[in-house]
Amino acid sequence: MTATHDRRVVVTGLGTTSPVGGTVPETWEAILAGRSGARTLPDSLLAGEHELPVTFAATVHTPPEEVLSKVEVRRNDPSGQYALIASREAWADAGSPEVEPERLGVALGSGIGGVWTLLNQWDVMKERGPRRVFPLTVPMLMPNGPAAAVSLDRGARAGAHTPVSACASGAEGIGQALTMIRSGRADVVVAGGTEAAVHPLPIAAFAAMQALSTRNDTPEAASRPYDSSRDGFVLGEGAAVLVLESEEHARARGARIYGELAGLGMSADAYHITAGEPEGAGAARAMLEAVSDAGLAPEDIAHVNAHATSTPVGDLAESKAIHRAFGAHATRLNVTATKSMTGHLLGAAGALEAVLTVLSLYHRTVPATINLEQQDPDIELQVVTGQAATLPDGELAALNNSFGFGGANVALTFRTV
Amino acid sequence: MAMNEQEILEGLAEIVNEETGIETEAVQMDKSFTEDLDIDSLSMMTIVVNAEDKFGVRIPDEEVKNLTHVRDAVSYINSNQG
Repeated sequence: MTATHDRRVVVTGLGTTSPVGGTVPETWEAILAGRSGARTLPDSLLAGEHELPVTFAATVHTPPEEVLSKVEVRRNDPSGQYALIASREAWADAGSPEVEPERLGVALGSGIGGVWTLLNQWDVMKERGPRRVFPLTVPMLMPNGPAAAVSLDRGARAGAHTPVSACASGAEGIGQALTMIRSGRADVVVAGGTEAAVHPLPIAAFAAMQALSTRNDTPEAASRPYDSSRDGFVLGEGAAVLVLESEEHARARGARIYGELAGLGMSADAYHITAGEPEGAGAARAMLEAVSDAGLAPEDIAHVNAHATSTPVGDLAESKAIHRAFGAHATRLNVTATKSMTGHLLGAAGALEAVLTVLSLYHRTVPATINLEQQDPDIELQVVTGQAATLPDGELAALNNSFGFGGANVALTFRTV
Repeated sequence: MAMNEQEILEGLAEIVNEETGIETEAVQMDKSFTEDLDIDSLSMMTIVVNAEDKFGVRIPDEEVKNLTHVRDAVSYINSNQG
């Protein structure tokens, strides 16, 4: 293994508010226990003039009202609320590092932005007129609202960035943080993704694309990546954040180091606005770039936390991409699809799965994919099912894949330190 | 039924608390919205609109800049309430 970059970047803090837990320890416990976060939506979301074709989603486990002040809830879109919660946990988990504000950055992706605020305020305007529109509507609905809120909360002045690449946004946020630290623009970056799109309009829109599972009677069994009977993804919400830090900075303050963020690979399919390229060429390029950027060979990768959203086409294309990138090593990888439990958090998905990949390496335990009863015969991967897999001792590396509408492919390589 | 100045002050303090988290006891007649209570112009607009709803008055945008202190807002509402 050779170092390809002067500044190595390590993970020193983790935070999340997810469909299966309000914190990282709660979420990890639920993931190891194989609990689903998918549930039937409350009547308040379902009561409308028209019946929704999909009546469930993976909503956050812990309502933000239980964590934030009344004023914080009022002045932030739910996507910003989740980002504040996850970033505060990650920051505390990192030991609240002392860092000059000009050396502290934020890179927090979001796929959709403040859709709740936009639609609520449109209702206010129609019903009560323009003067009643909340003056904070614009900063609440803009996609960089959550990154800005976290930047304000932390006093982070090295930059507050919001990559927007649909379901790859969270991973791209982490990638942007890696680039910021490597290039010397920052020593510490609060990075990840957030999304709050469990609202009737996005549900109707994703359903119109036939992207969602319609297992309305059995929400917990609906997200079933790699299963022959998979029928679409389950919409999720939440945020996940990593505190990333130059190794030098982390060592100097004696921080607990979870692992190294060692590589980033990105590509674009330029094939179709929503469908991934079916042979996985672009996704494979991103994976190989992430591996070589880490100074590794494909055979060094032990585990893949896959994008695997449970759509018929997407899971198959990713499997082909893994085979294309890894060759004979593809079937030796421990692959898992944690969206089987969390649902698909869109712009937060890559960040939540990065947190889980880091924990898998740190604890040398790969959580099992649930709802995988009959593996699609066209998907020749060693998927962890039933119970968690134990990873061997010694140096280990893992890959985390995220793909987004628009053809975005992002792969991140993590390794043990 | 018209409210007296004390009732208006209490009602206004509740609106300020709801919007900014500032304790209701801190909202007193001699306080400046910007200097003492640190309320920005965006929050002020929401407070004005909510005060209109609560007290049944209309506070024109051009009037808002004259309401620098809590006393100004209470007096304006008191003399214009329906």
